[in-house]
Amino acid sequence: MTQQSQARYTWGGDEFLFIEIAEGMSLEANFISNSIANALEAKALDGVIDICPANASLLIRFNPDTLPPAELEQVARSLEAEVRASTRQVLETRIVEIPVWYNDPYTNETGARFRAGYHQRPEGNDLDYAAEVNNLADAAEFIKRHHESPWLVSMVGFVAGLPFLYQLVDREHQLEVPKYLSPRTDTPALTIGHGGCFSCIYSVRGAGGYQMFGVAAAPIFDPGQELADFADFMVFFKPGDIVKFKPVDEAEYKRIQAEVEAGTFTYRQAPVSFDLAAALADPEGYKATLLEALNGI
Amino acid sequence: MAFEIREPGLSTTVQDQGRIGYYRYGIPQGGAMDQYSASLGNRLVGNTPAEAVLECTYIGPRVVTTTDAIVAVTGAPVDVFINGMPAPQYARLALAAGDELRFGVIQGGTKYFIAVHGGIDVPSVLGSRSTYPIGAIGGFEGRALAANDVLPVGAPIDNGLPVLATIAEEDRPVFSRDVSVRVMLGLYDHHLSQEGIDNLLNAEWTLTPVADRMGLRYSGPGVQWREREQPFGAGQDPSNIVDAGYAVGSIQIPGGTQPIILHRDAVSGGGYAMVATVISTDMDLVARCAPGTKTRFVAVTMDQALEARHEHAAQVAKIWS
Repeated sequence: MTQQSQARYTWGGDEFLFIEIAEGMSLEANFISNSIANALEAKALDGVIDICPANASLLIRFNPDTLPPAELEQVARSLEAEVRASTRQVLETRIVEIPVWYNDPYTNETGARFRAGYHQRPEGNDLDYAAEVNNLADAAEFIKRHHESPWLVSMVGFVAGLPFLYQLVDREHQLEVPKYLSPRTDTPALTIGHGGCFSCIYSVRGAGGYQMFGVAAAPIFDPGQELADFADFMVFFKPGDIVKFKPVDEAEYKRIQAEVEAGTFTYRQAPVSFDLAAALADPEGYKATLLEALNGI
Repeated sequence: MAFEIREPGLSTTVQDQGRIGYYRYGIPQGGAMDQYSASLGNRLVGNTPAEAVLECTYIGPRVVTTTDAIVAVTGAPVDVFINGMPAPQYARLALAAGDELRFGVIQGGTKYFIAVHGGIDVPSVLGSRSTYPIGAIGGFEGRALAANDVLPVGAPIDNGLPVLATIAEEDRPVFSRDVSVRVMLGLYDHHLSQEGIDNLLNAEWTLTPVADRMGLRYSGPGVQWREREQPFGAGQDPSNIVDAGYAVGSIQIPGGTQPIILHRDAVSGGGYAMVATVISTDMDLVARCAPGTKTRFVAVTMDQALEARHEHAAQVAKIWS
């Protein structure tokens, strides 16, 4: 087990409590962080302003005028103990299919503009580099590994609605790629990025330091709330969502874009119960269970 | 009622007290960078503290009002002109329909604020009118003002004008080139070596020109990290952590070279270790600093931070009493 027996509690000034579940990333640490976040949310404490679960930690914003820091820490510690003592760790969530045009011209063009001084490997593109550092034959094999196993949204943030994604595979099968040496000043919107063991989907255009592998076909942040999937809220993802990337070609990408344009696009998605113990015990077998839910619709 | 924007200025945005409660989705709190200065403006024109104001950066806009309006300019010291005639800051000013408000050269700080009776009446998005340009939400069409924008001003507020028509000298914020900013050590300060902590707290740091609503970067001697094995998923540099939520006001030091204070529009998370956090009371002070400002980071305890918070709240209450 990678998690510490007790989380580390520390203050980010007079308005933030930071709880580090573990120093390193793991599914268990992420599950604990999310579970504490959900339990705290359910308590609806006066003075808790924002609960931000992250990959292996949790940031809580509070108003110390109404909720004394020591009291908040005490509540959080007791919730942590409850979460750790709980025997059945199941998350009621959903699995969503995200169509991606891998090795697309948009991210390739941007990558080519940020080579010397930015990137470890000036020749080739980010996919070639990612394949090389993971000892895979070529970009095609890396792409296969990237989409064949699902990912867990382990955190939402950085900019509006950006999901961090942790792949549901053994530690040995995790894809790890260093970030750019120096961040780019530009990244196309909906780029599939990867840094360390995390993938992400850049919700908006902007700066970024993750390697770029492709571009998602449909929005994940819709401030105008024009698509049906955004009727309730402009941000699509929440922590705990499960993502299955689906590779698409240019024709399919353009067809989806036309649907987005017409306002008719909806994501394929299905509810699932995510069982932490089952996922850890047999990642390959559990993958089939998760994907079945998506194939059943 | 409206303000016609003849020239937009360098970066003029609509701001209020901020968009609280959406940080978990990566949407920053936003809001006027110097809340106290913005609040003084709202007080002078007879608003509540929640009305939206215009935040001007170095070079303000040239604005013509379509109807009579009551305005005030607070924040960084700057020359104010109504139809070319000088007008005072920190005072209630009456504009007649067609009057032009413009600004001269800023004499300190970086941000000043235009408050108007009724407030800037752009639609509220997720509970706030503050502009979040990266997400293109809030403010005027989700962006900084541009020439020819016509900015709606709210209907008069039904509580009349306060007796207070100017802000006393002693209640005005100070714009200094030499400041002490109170911080609480914490978060990942244990990743710094003792020498690193000493540098952070004892050295004089200088605010660089790389400073905006997202963050402010300081130059100085740099800091040193403890040697350690990087955990899985954290990245190779000793300043890296597994991506985590960033406290607003937290200080990160990528590569150990230049500390960055994350301010109101900062990214909500990332992979750099935060080693201290500016106390909530001193976030306005940081916002008042111009590049070149000599800065010392002074460590305080939670109790001291809360005491400062209460003193500041009492000062704000005095203005609004």
